[in-house]
Amino acid sequence: MSKKAKIETLDNVTIRFAGDSGDGMQLSGGRFTQTSAIMGNDLSTLPDFPAEIRAPAGSLAGVSSFQIHFSSQEIHTPGENPDVLVAMNPAALKAHLKDLTPGGTLIINKNAFTTKNLKLAGYESDPTEDGSLEDYYSAHFIEMSKLVNLACEGIDLAPKLIDRTKNLCALGVLFWIYDRPLEPTIDWLNKKFKSKPDIVDANVKALHAGYNYADTAEIFTTKYIVNKAKLPAGKYRNINGTLATCLGLLTAVEKSNLSLTFAGYPITPASNILHTLANWKRFGVKTYQAEDEIAGIGAALGASYGGSLGVTASSGPGIALKGEFLGLAIITELPLVVINVQRGGPSTGLPTKTEQSDLFQAVYGRNGEAPMPVIAASTPGDCYYTAYEACRIAVKYMTPVMMLSDGYLVNGSEPWIIPNPDDLNDFDAEFVKENLTDEQYLPYKRNEETLARGWAIPGTKGLEHRIGGIEKQDVTGNVNYDSDNHEKMVQIRARKIANIANELPPTEVFGKKEGDLLILSWGSTHGTCKSATESLLSENLKVAHVSIRWISPLPNDLKDILSNYKNVLIPEINTGQFRQIIRAEFLVDAIGLNEVQGKPLGASTIVAKAKEIINER
Amino acid sequence: MSDKPLLKKADFQSDQAIRWCPGCGDYAILAQTQKTFPQITEDKENTVFVSGIGCSSRFPYYMNTYGFHTIHGRAPTIASGLKIANPDLSVWLVTGDGDGLSIGGNHMIHLLRRNFDINIMLFNNRIYGLTKGQYSPTSEQGKVTYSTPMGSLDYPFKPTKLALGAEASFVAKTIDKELKHLQAMILRANEHKGTSFIEIYQNCNIFNDGAFAKLTDRDTKEEQLLRLEHGKPLIFGIEKDKGIYLDGTTPKVVKIGDEYSIDDIVVHDEEDRFIGDMLANFTESEEFPEPVGVLYCKERPTYDSLMSAQMDESQKGSKSSKGLNELLNAGDTWEVK
Repeated sequence: MSKKAKIETLDNVTIRFAGDSGDGMQLSGGRFTQTSAIMGNDLSTLPDFPAEIRAPAGSLAGVSSFQIHFSSQEIHTPGENPDVLVAMNPAALKAHLKDLTPGGTLIINKNAFTTKNLKLAGYESDPTEDGSLEDYYSAHFIEMSKLVNLACEGIDLAPKLIDRTKNLCALGVLFWIYDRPLEPTIDWLNKKFKSKPDIVDANVKALHAGYNYADTAEIFTTKYIVNKAKLPAGKYRNINGTLATCLGLLTAVEKSNLSLTFAGYPITPASNILHTLANWKRFGVKTYQAEDEIAGIGAALGASYGGSLGVTASSGPGIALKGEFLGLAIITELPLVVINVQRGGPSTGLPTKTEQSDLFQAVYGRNGEAPMPVIAASTPGDCYYTAYEACRIAVKYMTPVMMLSDGYLVNGSEPWIIPNPDDLNDFDAEFVKENLTDEQYLPYKRNEETLARGWAIPGTKGLEHRIGGIEKQDVTGNVNYDSDNHEKMVQIRARKIANIANELPPTEVFGKKEGDLLILSWGSTHGTCKSATESLLSENLKVAHVSIRWISPLPNDLKDILSNYKNVLIPEINTGQFRQIIRAEFLVDAIGLNEVQGKPLGASTIVAKAKEIINER
Repeated sequence: MSDKPLLKKADFQSDQAIRWCPGCGDYAILAQTQKTFPQITEDKENTVFVSGIGCSSRFPYYMNTYGFHTIHGRAPTIASGLKIANPDLSVWLVTGDGDGLSIGGNHMIHLLRRNFDINIMLFNNRIYGLTKGQYSPTSEQGKVTYSTPMGSLDYPFKPTKLALGAEASFVAKTIDKELKHLQAMILRANEHKGTSFIEIYQNCNIFNDGAFAKLTDRDTKEEQLLRLEHGKPLIFGIEKDKGIYLDGTTPKVVKIGDEYSIDDIVVHDEEDRFIGDMLANFTESEEFPEPVGVLYCKERPTYDSLMSAQMDESQKGSKSSKGLNELLNAGDTWEVK
């Protein structure tokens, strides 16, 4: 080290990498995440990118960002206001500066602050020259493009490709500031660009260039250490919600000895589920890119009818198209898993932003009396357990199941204890055995406990039968228009789904068992609500947090839990859909905290609202 | 076939009362199918009839095999998924001109181009029956119906032409009243590996009676029907004295006699896409006879066989069984004590 840097220890840091879509911010963020994970920090990440694949370079519309919150303590959210903002161009600075903590660290690629880029971002004067930043932030202007050019001298690559390594330069600077090793990134580059040694060479040199610059230039006076977090013991990896979902599906079919057929149509942000599973043919997974959303669910249901577990995934607009098939799956009582990775709506809405506004669609969005189990994942890693349970319930009760996740969950990541599939709920799947008697097979004869009908698959001798979307006669499954029979079947279908609540584990209450306020969440607001509750509990307030996994049916013990608190607060990234369900179901005057800004809620907002409620009521 | 006792027509009849209108052409199609099936399979549990919505789509309820009456237009999607899950099943898709070409047109064309080994029976009555008499995508322009009191404005599809345009590997046409021919087409579709498309002209005696009268009337039909036989010249007429002659690439109907001999007549070749396209164009034309039989048949790898091959390929060199653990533990991992 060429100079003596001070060393300080921090508990928590939030860094946001922001740049043009082509600047490689997701990659820088991803590598910082992986390195921090290996170092044993707890962490949570939030990628954010534009819907356009390549919006005009330098424009505000084209800004892409990646936020990581890492800590020596257990954390549950990707953080609110970043302590550090990396801005690779004027547009990134303009879009994100308002979020930076006052006095926070700004790391800027000075070379991108050209007249043209400043104008594109709407700056009248250059903020790196006019002194407007230094008064409020610890601002560092680094000529990253120049640094990588010098570092890569002699490498036979086009200047454009050399310039692209500046994201590694920025990463190198941050690795120095937060005292992180470069080796995991170098190993990763070697693997990723195996066949392109020049690219590896340039990126490694750029990484070193950033690191060495921070080490030698006299601009950074302090290095920060964020120690290992005291996490529960176990073997860990970092995981995002997409991979966790796919692993959950695979675990389900491995444990039940079923085969998995995934059929879907590309849609943001669900497509990565199809991409991931398409690579798992060697594990027997069949994937099918259908001609449209309807064909995606149709093929999945056709596969289930044929004895494979059919799964489809989409986002709100695609789920809307799948609605009629959900009804068919409900009346034919076949297993099916439908994953909705929610995004901002209505219509095309905000394709790359997160939202929780498809809850009503999931619970109610079908014609007729069409009850269907709905399960929601609460963290990226929880997608694993949620997907597994969705499959298990679909098969056990012979029903379609809707799994809700969202853009934040599938793209966000966290350290994850690698699960042991043996510890999960048992999952037995059985087909109806062949019938060698002369007796007619009765496709709608039910299991007395679960009310599920048998899974009788084509190819089985003696079970030939017909199913379809017309009302079924009880037991025989024949077409039947009789009014009493219809009412009976409506009730049986409803009871079958309601019965699932009987096997749900007791609802976990985090915090006080009774008190002034219960914060009730579902889905991805789990982390924020838990953080807010921790903070309120540390101030000795009588609060608790409950995170709901099964939305339909709701757990049997929820009614009693709700009655233990004077107030119930339901934070949601919608205008109050779960609140309406809770009010209707339990006649509880729940209060909402609702934001629809395409991003996760902030814990501080919930803390403020909670205090307001406790003080006012 | 093995020594197993052959199934009979009755074995394929379900116990459900048939609810089509008396006199409907669907009865004849059902009867011919049930009659033909003993020649198709010894194991009826391996046969699945899948349908959409419409009069024709009630068909699976009457076949004593596996059956799935799905939703409007979407039968091809269920059939495709079923074939992915179990490629060994014999899958039959029953649809109509509304179900298969209007609401389900998209699925139909994609099924045909993918070439799953599935047999399609499209009942074309050129009308909506179940919804009580609106025009369909195969109704003639100007059709007066409940929804088009001044006549329909839509220009109709020629289903066989659409199928060929969608890269179908087997395209045939037959008529509900041509019982033997209908049976023959069902057998041919069954033999073909790939998606087989049979268009069946079917009379709706309630809402569109007589739509195909000139093709079924005993006195006129032989003047109107061009019965296709592979390797045989394209001749027709009560006296078999007319044929299709190619003037360059333009087909013409000519009289066999002084000016043209039988040797001048085009010989049908089921594998010749040019001939298939030409015949599909003859549909409903004033100038040409109506072709019935196999217009085009040329096998290519089916989607299901290609998928099975990829699945097999992916297994090569992999260390099976450890799959899940390998994936769960992939990437950088670390221990917390």
